[in-house]
Amino acid sequence: MSGDELVRDDGFDDFLDAVADGEGFYVECENGHGSLPPRRVCPHCGTTDLKEVPLPESGEVETHTTIHVASPEFADDVPYVTAVVDFGPVRLTGQLQDVDPDAVETGASVAPDVGSTETTGERILVFRPR
Amino acid sequence: MTGVRVAGVGLTHFGKHPERTGRDLFAEASAAAFADAGVDRSAVESLKYGNFMGELAEHQGHQGPLMAEAAGVDAPATRYESACASSGVAVREAVKDVRNGEADVVLVGGAERMNNLGTAGTTEALAIAADDLYEVRAGITFPGAYALMARAYFERYGGTREDLAAIAVKNHDNALPNEHAQFQREITVDEALDAPMIADPLGLYDACPITDGASAVVLVSDEYAEAHDLDAPVAVTGTGQGGDKMALQDREYLARTPAAEKAAEEAYADAGVEATDVATAEVHDCFTIAEVLALESLDFYAPGEGIGAAARGETTRDGDLPVNLSGGLKAKGHPVGATGTSQIAELTRLLRGDHPNSDAVDGEVGVAHNAGGTVASTTVHVLEVVA
Repeated sequence: MSGDELVRDDGFDDFLDAVADGEGFYVECENGHGSLPPRRVCPHCGTTDLKEVPLPESGEVETHTTIHVASPEFADDVPYVTAVVDFGPVRLTGQLQDVDPDAVETGASVAPDVGSTETTGERILVFRPR
Repeated sequence: MTGVRVAGVGLTHFGKHPERTGRDLFAEASAAAFADAGVDRSAVESLKYGNFMGELAEHQGHQGPLMAEAAGVDAPATRYESACASSGVAVREAVKDVRNGEADVVLVGGAERMNNLGTAGTTEALAIAADDLYEVRAGITFPGAYALMARAYFERYGGTREDLAAIAVKNHDNALPNEHAQFQREITVDEALDAPMIADPLGLYDACPITDGASAVVLVSDEYAEAHDLDAPVAVTGTGQGGDKMALQDREYLARTPAAEKAAEEAYADAGVEATDVATAEVHDCFTIAEVLALESLDFYAPGEGIGAAARGETTRDGDLPVNLSGGLKAKGHPVGATGTSQIAELTRLLRGDHPNSDAVDGEVGVAHNAGGTVASTTVHVLEVVA
């Protein structure tokens, strides 16, 4: 996290912009492997023929945790739920918001969105229940 | 190709030394290693040094030459950074140098200063071992990442917080007689279960502490040991290293660690041993679930079967395969960059018979497993008594 708001992380910030606009995408190679930008090469097979593909509207929570001890950038966010969500060809990691941390279950259906942290206001990838 | 002997080992006390600099810690550990080896500093041909967060903790990069100075060594010195596997990687590079004739005497070690950052600062610093874009920005902490793996393991294979607590209890018990350990204190399963949650299902007692410390090992060629009549009965006979995707989301498995599986397979083949030959192991238990994943990666257990090993008494001090007789990262402590070489140091003492827990070792083969980040990098080393 650079702290310098003038600097964008090319590729990844484009991805967040797209998710925020409801037009999330991921990167797919010719062998069907999914990954998130920025990529010049498929991390799974090394092919360089990559294209942007629309992200499915929902995914399933594959694993999750409620974080109680955070780094200073997330000090005011605790407790918060972090999850890895399976969207088929690609998985995303983000915060699960609008849920009771004690009621989170693997397999739950969630939708991607962009939110912000309580502590710094930085925008982050979030998931909300569907 | 020459064999590689562990001529001597040195460790500082692992614990809270917030006022001590990294260079002071490494000076102490390296002095102890030279004294143990009976090798003069002037014989060292290179220093391989592991450190992870020196820029954040001490505002100090370029630590290779700095630590050569601290150790009193006049030789080329390089820092290796591979998160929590930093000095494991340094050991591997040192072994390669001795084997291929580049050097007869190599000092390898590591140090980390952590307590001066406090808990929040350390949490922030450790998190950079995860993927910044995909994980750290989402608020993933290091314990949080392992918690995601722990829940994935429970979902896939079963297991309970009680199983994890048994690992913490075991490793605290092992640390009791270890004068280098941060916690020489017994804990109970109930205490572990009642401790505050850090990232569920991992509580405070599932996590290694924040530790300052240093470790050092003097590695020499067979020929050097013989020519100088060194008492060096333990050899590094196998080395392996594996890698995986940086972010959990890009991994094939969330409840297995293929980087460690690859490293173990390579190290066993290199040494010409099998998992069943191993008498004791020092594994990277930065969190209790990490010990489970290590046991399975090292082929001591099939995937899904390592979770109950401590609770069943199989990996305890009086079990068939005692694991983390040093106390492990959990109780001995985890000064990140020092951990890999400290495992080699502890294992050497365990195998040559001068460790307080040596009586628990029934055999002559030991294994060290050192993992970086959420096991995106791993080294495995096989040590054997050869004379």
